[in-house]
Amino acid sequence: MAQILSSLPGTFYMKPAPDQDPYKVKGDSVEVGDTIALVEVMKTFVEIKAESAGTFARYVAEDGKPVTAGAVLAELED
Amino acid sequence: MLKIINPGLSTSIQDLGRPGYFHLGIPMSGAMDRFALRAANMLVGNPEDAAGLEAVFMGPEIEFTQDAIVAVTGADLPAKIDGDIREPWTSFEVRKGQVLKFDYLKGGARAYIAISGGIATEPNLGSRATYPIGALGGIDGRALIAGDTVPVGDQGSTARAGRRIADDLRRGPGTPARLRVLPGLYWHRLTEAAGQGFFDDEWTVAAEADRMGYRFKGGRKLEFVEREQPFGAGADPSNIVDGCYSYGSIQVPGGTEPIVLHRDAVSGGGYFTLGAIISADMDLIGQLQPHTPVKFEKVDMPTALAARADRKAMLQRMRQELG
Repeated sequence: MAQILSSLPGTFYMKPAPDQDPYKVKGDSVEVGDTIALVEVMKTFVEIKAESAGTFARYVAEDGKPVTAGAVLAELED
Repeated sequence: MLKIINPGLSTSIQDLGRPGYFHLGIPMSGAMDRFALRAANMLVGNPEDAAGLEAVFMGPEIEFTQDAIVAVTGADLPAKIDGDIREPWTSFEVRKGQVLKFDYLKGGARAYIAISGGIATEPNLGSRATYPIGALGGIDGRALIAGDTVPVGDQGSTARAGRRIADDLRRGPGTPARLRVLPGLYWHRLTEAAGQGFFDDEWTVAAEADRMGYRFKGGRKLEFVEREQPFGAGADPSNIVDGCYSYGSIQVPGGTEPIVLHRDAVSGGGYFTLGAIISADMDLIGQLQPHTPVKFEKVDMPTALAARADRKAMLQRMRQELG
């Protein structure tokens, strides 16, 4: 199972904006370079992109909560 | 020359700064962790005040168009050449055409990348340090962007790979981070209980933490001694008639979230400052990630000066050991 990791510490968001749907839901196909989540730090929202392709399984990190660099944000099915 | 393939989150050219203009509103800028930048420069045989790169939270991706000796200090941000990790706080060789990349951040906040010869951009007001708000230093006064080419000077004859800084000289903050504070001119504005509470409470680094200032949250709201606000001061009890701010001074707008002014801070304004972080601990702030727990510790002037001397002695030992 491939994991998508946070490249930096900050606050994790699974949606592009509070009133929008999450970037991915279970069963969505994921291509390399797809945006999976946002991490906010120093007033900047950084897009976290998939580095491998697959089928989206689940978000692991909690929306709106702090994450560390290297934390698992989401998982893909093989 | 360095070709910036990817700048990371925010990577800027920094040296030890641009002192001498703060009274005109131009901050000192320069590395937030100056101890780490000095160390990186020593490792690659540069003068300690040479310009290097400060990378925040994420490493850049850089192609070298010439051979160089490189060292990465400060945050634990593992450097990689052709996929192989290079030891931190240790000089290593990069050959022409190779690409320097970084792994995920493992600790700290800012890595310093020194390149033998130093970065050779045009200085402004005596420094290459980037101050984006004033468009001074760096390249066009801004942080690096993809596609930039960064000039590098001629390397000194003492540059060589495999130099290493001893583990006990790799200074960084603990957990919780302990920041020592010297109470200042406006300390009397706080009630005794509020002053005590500031040091008793555990604070955490807020998301709003950058080169201008580091904000802290989570402690109790500060109560002020009642007074009629003097002419020229704002209505909030945390306001004063405009005054000077020092590097490291701690303002608390509205009494809620302390802000420590850092290298790119404004030089004056209308908030009281309860004191200042001692100079020896300013480097440590540069290595704090958001959400890091912090305790402020009250010290007196002799303690602050002793801490300054200790930091100097560590640098002196580093110089001797690297020979």
